[in-house]
Amino acid sequence: MRKIYIKEQACIGCHLCEVYCRVEHSQSKDPIKAFKKESPQPLARLSVEERKPVSFSIRCQHCDEPSCVYACLTGALQKDARTGTVTVDEERCTGCWTCILVCPFGAIRRDVQQGRIAKCDLCAGRDVPACVANCPNEALVYVQNKAGLER
Amino acid sequence: MVRVKKAKYLIIGNSAGGIGAAEAIRQADKAGTVVMISAEPYPAYSRPLISEYLAHRYPLEKILYRPADFYDKNGIQAILGRKVTQLDTGEHTASLEDGKRMAWEKLLLATGGLPILPQIKGIERSGVFAFVTLDDARAIDRHLYGGVERAVIIGGGLIGMSVAEALVKRGVKVTIVEMKERVLNTILDQEASALVEQRLEQVGVKVLTGRTVAEIGSHSGGAVTHIVTDDGATLPCELVIMAIGVQPRTQLASGAGIRINRGILVDHRMATSCPDVYACGDVAEAYDFVYGENRLTPILPNAYLGGRVAGFNMAGVTTEYPGGTAMNSLKYFGLAIVSAGMADPPADYEVVSEKHGPAYKKVVLKDGLVKGMVFAGDIEKSGIVFGLMKDKINVNGFKQALAADDFGLISLSEEIWRAYLEAPSSPSAPSAASSSVMGG
Ligand SMILES: Cc1cc2nc3c(=O)[nH]c(=O)nc-3n(C[C@H](O)[C@H](O)[C@H](O)COP(=O)(O)OP(=O)(O)OC[C@H]3O[C@@H](n4cnc5c(N)ncnc54)[C@H](O)[C@@H]3O)c2cc1C
Repeated sequence: MRKIYIKEQACIGCHLCEVYCRVEHSQSKDPIKAFKKESPQPLARLSVEERKPVSFSIRCQHCDEPSCVYACLTGALQKDARTGTVTVDEERCTGCWTCILVCPFGAIRRDVQQGRIAKCDLCAGRDVPACVANCPNEALVYVQNKAGLER
Repeated sequence: MVRVKKAKYLIIGNSAGGIGAAEAIRQADKAGTVVMISAEPYPAYSRPLISEYLAHRYPLEKILYRPADFYDKNGIQAILGRKVTQLDTGEHTASLEDGKRMAWEKLLLATGGLPILPQIKGIERSGVFAFVTLDDARAIDRHLYGGVERAVIIGGGLIGMSVAEALVKRGVKVTIVEMKERVLNTILDQEASALVEQRLEQVGVKVLTGRTVAEIGSHSGGAVTHIVTDDGATLPCELVIMAIGVQPRTQLASGAGIRINRGILVDHRMATSCPDVYACGDVAEAYDFVYGENRLTPILPNAYLGGRVAGFNMAGVTTEYPGGTAMNSLKYFGLAIVSAGMADPPADYEVVSEKHGPAYKKVVLKDGLVKGMVFAGDIEKSGIVFGLMKDKINVNGFKQALAADDFGLISLSEEIWRAYLEAPSSPSAPSAASSSVMGG
């Protein structure tokens, strides 16, 4: 499967990935409405970590051996055998946060308003995830494996 | 007439552990017959969700652990609502309560736990329940319609919190009686227990600590009307929940001569002392990576993962259990607290902790390795610390940062976060890449 990799030396910490992720996962897909009006408030499914001069964004890695799926109390988290994507059934997630405790990347977020988790879904329906498509410095790449990552 | 059927894989227990094994077996062996037997008459449901079931009167479908077509889709024969009464490990057979016998090649014991019911005077009265199965939740639900104003929960652990939340949502006035000096004393430290107790008070739940229940009484001579505590106080109530905990359901195994300590002893492949017999979940005593020895860790993630490892090994794919440890996320009454490993360590352990308003983070260390953790409030990055603990990564170079407000992957040493960024496919990859920093 294709995964999102980060070239951290190219990341300028602009947080645009966060903005585009949030808009992509909003109802309106409109930045102004998404940030100012929508309820429930759409969340970014990634987070930017910074320790100047270094920065990078972190999201679900769709692990081959996903601890979150094994730990899920309800069965909401599953690994799609066909696509490799780690999916969450929003109807079945009760927001127990057990997956958060076992994610080694700290990549799962709490959507407190909706009482469930929010995590990267690789932008289902888009060919290239919004964060990758809109990264101004091409610090994010969406490729088959690490070999496709030119340094 | 006794009909003997044969299963290549027989799984006793149709819950987290059993499902973990069944899914692994089907990954490795698409054709071998898989039979799952459970005393409970339901398709696998999420046991922790019996609390939501009781709180909201959910239909069964809402708490199923796997979709309804799970057994069909995976070609699994499920025998539900029937108990296995005896094993013959030499002959490789299991006897069911209806007299049938089933032969097997590989057997998994995923029989879970039974509620601990101490010998309190009056425990047999009507209105006294355990809270471990869906049928318990159903019985409590029916009892609530008889008019329940007040409930007493005996035991302030995870199950006690879980049923307390459900009962509060159903409008019942709840008192928790906890023998030790604080609630959740086995999984939290003092500070986090205090946060929980504060929250319980805010939602109107009374907590009596350092007390036990001496008697479950009835003025009518029948259904419970009150309890008497060990200091002689009387509390009126129409419902009593026994929530002291669960103990491994080892009867089948002991009858078959399988080695048992507190639970069924298993090795790194989840194999018992008896050839072709495996065990996992609440019934098993498996490797705990924090203590470095076999322990009971009766939580769902460990049941599933242990089952998965057992399943692969049963199907001939050699797989090692990385170990589990006690770990919990407590979201009761809107709290967000996670803990894992030693939350409340002995004095010779090092503690790094920081308070951030009402939130706090605490990490327990020994010789540069993480041995325990509690995050309260801000928990989103807690899994990173859990991963460092699991993978035994030396954190001496950046330990102070682990409890910081802005803690994240970037707080680790560059060598370690680089390993994470470059190998984002499997959680074990970073640990392998960073094993060079192990032991500093
Ligand atoms: C109220 C409550 C809240 C909980 N909350 C959490 C939580 O927040 N987080 C967490 O990690 N864990 C939680 N747990 C614990 C979790 O549910 C267990 O760790 C998990 O269910 C263990 O799975 P298991 O497969 O080992 O066994 P179990 O779930 O106990 O299932 C064992 C099954 O085997 C069947 N069985 C036993 N003996 C026989 C026999 N002889 N013949 C046929 N069938 C048999 C039983 O009927 C049962 O269906 C909670 C538990 C309870 C009760």
